[in-house]
Amino acid sequence: MSSSELTPPDHSSLQPVGRTGSLLLEMRNIRIEGFSDERWHKIIKGVNVILNRGEILGLIGESGAGKSTLGLAAMGFARPGCRITSGEIIFDGLDLGKATQSVKKHIWGTRIAYVAQSAAAAFNPAHRLMDQTVESTVREKIKGEAEARLDAVNLYRSLQLPQADTIGERYPHQVSGGQLQRVMTAMAISPRPDLIIFDEPTTALDVTTQVEVLASMREIVERFDTAAIYITHDLAVVAQMADRIKVLRYGEEVEEAETEEMLNAPKQSYTKSLWSVRALQKPVQKGDDILLDIKSVNAAYGKSRVLHDVSITVPRGSTVAVVGESGSGKSTTARVVTGLLPPEEGKIIFDGVGLPTKLSDRSKDQLQKIQMIYQMADTAMNPRQTVEEIIGRPLEFYLGLRGHVKEARVRELLEMIELDESFMDRLPAELSGGQKQRICIARALAAEPELIICDEVTSALDQIVQEGILRLLMDLQTRLGITYMFITHDIATVRAISDEIVVMYQGKVVEQGLKSEILNPPYPDYTQLLLSSVPEMDPNWLTDLLKERSNEPSEI
Amino acid sequence: MHPVLTTILKRLGLGLFTLFMVSVVIFSSISLLPGDFTQAVLGQSATSETVAAFRKELGLDRPAPIRYLEWVGNVLHGDLGTSFSGRSASGVDRSRPVVTLIAPRLWNTLFLATVTALVAVPLSLILGMTAALYRNSAYDRTVNATTLATISMPEFFLAYILILGLASLWPVFPSLSTIDPQMSYSERLYRSALPAMTLTLVIVAHMMRMTRAAIINLLASSYVEMARLKGASPLKVITHHILPNAWAPIATVIAFNLAYLVVGVVVVEVVFVYPGIGQLMVDSVTSRDIPVVQACALIFAATYILLNLIADVIGIITNPRLLHPR
Amino acid sequence: MSMGTSKSTDTEVIYSAAGEVGAVRKRRTFAERNWIILKKAPLTAWFGMIVFCCYIVVAVFAPWLAPFGEAEVFNVPFAPWDETHVFGTDQIGRDILSRLIYGARNTMGIALLTTILSFFIGGVLGLVAAIDRRYLDQVLGRAMDVLMAIPSLIFALMLLSIFGSTVTSLILIIAVLDSTRVFRLTRSVAVGVVVMDYVEVARLRGEGLGWVMRREILPNIMPPLIAEFGLRFCFVFLTIAALSFLGLGIQPPTADWGSMVRENANLIQFAAYDIKASLTPLLPATTIALLTIAVNFIVDWFLHQTSGIKDE
Repeated sequence: MSSSELTPPDHSSLQPVGRTGSLLLEMRNIRIEGFSDERWHKIIKGVNVILNRGEILGLIGESGAGKSTLGLAAMGFARPGCRITSGEIIFDGLDLGKATQSVKKHIWGTRIAYVAQSAAAAFNPAHRLMDQTVESTVREKIKGEAEARLDAVNLYRSLQLPQADTIGERYPHQVSGGQLQRVMTAMAISPRPDLIIFDEPTTALDVTTQVEVLASMREIVERFDTAAIYITHDLAVVAQMADRIKVLRYGEEVEEAETEEMLNAPKQSYTKSLWSVRALQKPVQKGDDILLDIKSVNAAYGKSRVLHDVSITVPRGSTVAVVGESGSGKSTTARVVTGLLPPEEGKIIFDGVGLPTKLSDRSKDQLQKIQMIYQMADTAMNPRQTVEEIIGRPLEFYLGLRGHVKEARVRELLEMIELDESFMDRLPAELSGGQKQRICIARALAAEPELIICDEVTSALDQIVQEGILRLLMDLQTRLGITYMFITHDIATVRAISDEIVVMYQGKVVEQGLKSEILNPPYPDYTQLLLSSVPEMDPNWLTDLLKERSNEPSEI
Repeated sequence: MHPVLTTILKRLGLGLFTLFMVSVVIFSSISLLPGDFTQAVLGQSATSETVAAFRKELGLDRPAPIRYLEWVGNVLHGDLGTSFSGRSASGVDRSRPVVTLIAPRLWNTLFLATVTALVAVPLSLILGMTAALYRNSAYDRTVNATTLATISMPEFFLAYILILGLASLWPVFPSLSTIDPQMSYSERLYRSALPAMTLTLVIVAHMMRMTRAAIINLLASSYVEMARLKGASPLKVITHHILPNAWAPIATVIAFNLAYLVVGVVVVEVVFVYPGIGQLMVDSVTSRDIPVVQACALIFAATYILLNLIADVIGIITNPRLLHPR
Repeated sequence: MSMGTSKSTDTEVIYSAAGEVGAVRKRRTFAERNWIILKKAPLTAWFGMIVFCCYIVVAVFAPWLAPFGEAEVFNVPFAPWDETHVFGTDQIGRDILSRLIYGARNTMGIALLTTILSFFIGGVLGLVAAIDRRYLDQVLGRAMDVLMAIPSLIFALMLLSIFGSTVTSLILIIAVLDSTRVFRLTRSVAVGVVVMDYVEVARLRGEGLGWVMRREILPNIMPPLIAEFGLRFCFVFLTIAALSFLGLGIQPPTADWGSMVRENANLIQFAAYDIKASLTPLLPATTIALLTIAVNFIVDWFLHQTSGIKDE
C-alpha cells in the first residue's frame, strides 16, 4: 500500500495517547558514503531502523558514528558530499529512497520535521520568528495563516517561552540560544508531523538551560503523540527522552533495546564501557602547601568588569577544578594567571613569590613553570609542524636540548602519553582527537612545569576518549607530582578528578572547598541549581526534577 | 537615536574624512615636483620676470598649509584653478578655468558610464545568479572560463577587436567617437556604441564573477539547508531566503564594479578618442598641466568614495541586526 | 566521517590511544599529494601552465630567439608581412617580431620586479599590523584606506605627471600603490592566524616576535599569499601595459607590448585592404592578454584547491 497523497494526521484530542502505534518508519540495510580527502568513505555500513508511531528512538554514539547522517537519511536527505548507496527507507508506505524531489518536498517540514543542532544558524536572520515558524504549515495548507499563528502562540506558551504572544515578532538575533531552540521545536511541531528528528538539539546549551529545553521538548512530543528520533552523544540525556535506545559505532549498530533494559543490563561490551564511563573517582587529598594563590583579583576587558574579587588557592600536587557555565569567568581567570590579561587589582603569588601581572614582564623561568592545555587541540597546534617539532620546541627553548638528546626525550614523552615513536613525523591533521590532545599534554610536560592549567581539555572529546585522557592526567600527577588547575563545566569530570572544587558564577567565586564538602549538601543556591541540572542515567530523573522544581520557586 | 542612523552618520563622517585626507594627498604630492617646474611650464624662452610673476600668481611664495586651505576653499566654491595650457613664454595668458575644461568632459563620461551601467548591471546579476544556481553545470563552467579570460584581457585589446570587427571589416559603427553637445541622443548613442560595448564586456565579466561568488556563499548558509529541509521549493529558497540577505553583498559588488568602470573609462576613451574626462586627464598628464590633473584626480577619487559609501549604506539599512536592535 | 577497520563488537573492547580512529587524513607523501592534485587539474589550468612556461622560455632566451635587435631600424616603415619580417615593421621600421620577443623580457621583467617590491612592502606592513592590532594597526589601516580611495591608475597617472616616466619611477610608483592591496590581504589572513591558540601558545612560551612571525604565522598564510602574488602580477602587468599604451609607461626605444599597440594602432583602419597588416597592433595586445589569462587560470585553480570549498 502506498500513500502518495497527503492526509494530515488527525489529532483532534490533545490527550496523551498510547505510546506504541503502527509501523511508521522502516529503514533496511542502509549504506551511506561520504566524500573527503579524495575518496569515498563508508559512513553507514548496513543499519536497520524500525520506528512505530508515537515512539521515541534514541540514537547514540560517539563522533564519527554517523548518527547525524543516519538521522537525515531517515528523511531521505543526503548532504552534499554524501550519497546513499543502498538500502530502503520506507516512511508510512512511501519509499523515500526512490521518491522524486517534488514528492519529498511536500513531506519535508510537514510530515517529517528536523530540529537542527544550532538554532542560531538554522534561522534566517532576515525574517521574523513567527513567519519562519508557520512557513511549512501555511505553504502546504495544513492550516490557514491565522489559525497557524494562533496555534504557534499556544505552542510557544507550552514550551515555556517568555512573552509568548509577542516573541514571534522578534528576529533571531534578538532572542537567546535556549529560546531559539524552543522556537525551532515549535516550528517543527506546527504542522503536527508524524516524525521529528532531533539532531543534538541541546549540545550547544548550558546545563541549566538544557534542563528546561529538554522538559519542553519531551512534553510537547508526548502531547501530540509524535514519533521522534533523538540523536545525541550524551547518555544521560537520551535516557530522559527515549523509549528505545540504539547504539551506533563507526557506522554500525552495536545494540538496541528498551531504555530501562539498556541502562540496567547492556549486553555488548562497548555499550557497557559507554555506560560505566564515569566510574572514575579520585580519592580526595587535602594539600597544605599552596603553590598558586590568586588574591582578590579584579579584571576587566576594556570597560566591562569580568572578574570580581576572585580568590583561589591551589595546593601543590593536587587538582583544583574550577567549574561554572559560560560567562562565569573561569577561562578569564586562567588568562589572568598566565599573564595574558593583567588584573586591575589583586595579586598572583606563585610558589611564594609574586608574579608580574604582565606576560612581557615575566622571566623565562617563571613562564616555564606554568603551562596551559587548550580545549580545541586542532587550533592549539601549528598544522604545519610535525609532532616532533611541536614537542621538541619547549625542550629546545627551556631546557636547551638539541640533536639526539632532544630526540630521545621526545620519545620518552611520547611513551608517557601512551603513544609510540611512529607518531614523531606526523602532522596534526593525521591524528585523531584524543591523540591530538595527548600531544598537547606532552608539549606541556616537555617544559617540566609545576602547574598545568587545563582549559576544558576534555570538553570537545567523546566520552570514552575523555576517560582515557583523564586517567592519563591523573597518572601523570601521581608520577610527576604536577599540580592541575582544571577548568570545566562538566560536573562528572569534576567528580572524577578533583581534590578541591571552585564554583564560579558571573565572575565571582561562589564557593571553594574540598570535593567532599562541595558535592554534599547543604548547597548555596547557584551550586544547587548547577548540580541538580546535570542529567543522570535514570529515566525518571527529569520527571522527578521537574516535580521538585515546581514545588520550590526558582531564584536565578 | 536608532542604531541605523548613528551607523550611517558615522559612515558618512568617515567618507568625508577620507575625502579630506585624499585632497591633502593630492595637493601635497604636487609639492613633490622636482626643481623649478614653473620654468618648464612656460618654456625655455620665458624671462625670469615672467616666471616670477607666474610663481606669485600660483602663490608659491606662501607656506603650503595656507595654499592648501585656499585651494580647498576655492574648490568648495566651484573654482578648480586655471589650466597651465594656454600660458606662453611671452607672458600672454590665454589659460581657461579648469572648470570650463572639465564640465563638458565630465558630462560625456557620465553619459557613457550610465549607458554602460544600465546594460551591464542587470545582465551581470542575472548571469551571476544563474551561474551560481546551476553550479558546475556545463553552462557554469563555460561562463566561468569565458569571464576569467575576459577579465584578464586589457581593455584596449577588447576595444581594438571590436573596432576590427564592427568598424573596420564591417563598418557598422564608427571607430572614432567624436561627439559634440549639439547632437541628438540617438546620434550620441550611435557614436558611443563601441566604447559602451567594450566597457560593458569588461564590467559584466567582473561583476558576474563576484555576484556568483556572493550567491554561492549565501547558498552555503545553514539556514538555506534548513529551508530545504522544511520543504521549500528552489524558487522559494532564492526569493524568500537568499534575496533578503543578498542586498549587502550585491550592493558591494555593484559599487566596486562601478568604481572599476571609472578607471576603465580612461583607456577606452583614449582608444576611441571619446571626449571624456579620462582622455582629458591623460592629455593633461602628458602636458604636465598640473591644475587639471589635480582636479581630475579629485573628481575620480570623490566618485570612488561616494560609490563605496552608497554600498556601505545599503548594507547598513538592510542589516536586520541594526534595523531591529535587541 | 570515520575510516579504517571497524572492530568486531563481540570481542573485548580494549581501549588503546594509539589505535584510536577518528576523522583522520590518510598519510601521503608530499610528492604523492601533489601528483594527485596535478592529475585532477582542469584543462584551463593545464593551458595556463603550458602557456606560462612558453613565455618564460621566450623571455629568458630572447637574444637567441629574436631574428633582429629590438631597436634595429630598417628602411621600410609599416612593411607588410613577408619572409624577412614575419610580422612586418613598425612605424619607424623596426622588426615587429623581434620587438615582440624582447618585449616579453622587458614587460614581464619590470612587472615581476614591481610585484616583488610591492609584496615586500605590503607583506611586511600587513604582518606588523596583524600582530600589533592596536596603535600601529589603526594608523596603517587608515593610511592604506586613504591611499586606496584614489583608483590606482588615476593615482599612477598623477604621480607620473610629477615624477616623469622613467623605469625606476614606474616601478616605485606602481609598487607602492599596489602594496596597499597586498597589505590588506596579508593583514586579513594573518589576523585569521594570529587569533589561533597555537600562536598564543608560542607567545606564552616567551617566543620573540620574529620567531612567531617566521615560524608560526608565515607558513600558515602561504597559500593565499601565493595566489595573491599571481593576481597582483597580472594586475601590475596590465597596469604597466595600460600606462605604456597611454604613452606614459615604458618609453621607446625599449620594446614594450603596451607601447607597441599604441605605435601601430593606425593599421587597424586598413582591415578591409590588408587584413594581415591590420592585425599587427593586435599582436602585442594578444601576447598581453594570453599571459594574463594563463596566470589567472593557474591562480583560479590554485585557489579552488586550497580553499577546499565543496563546490556542489
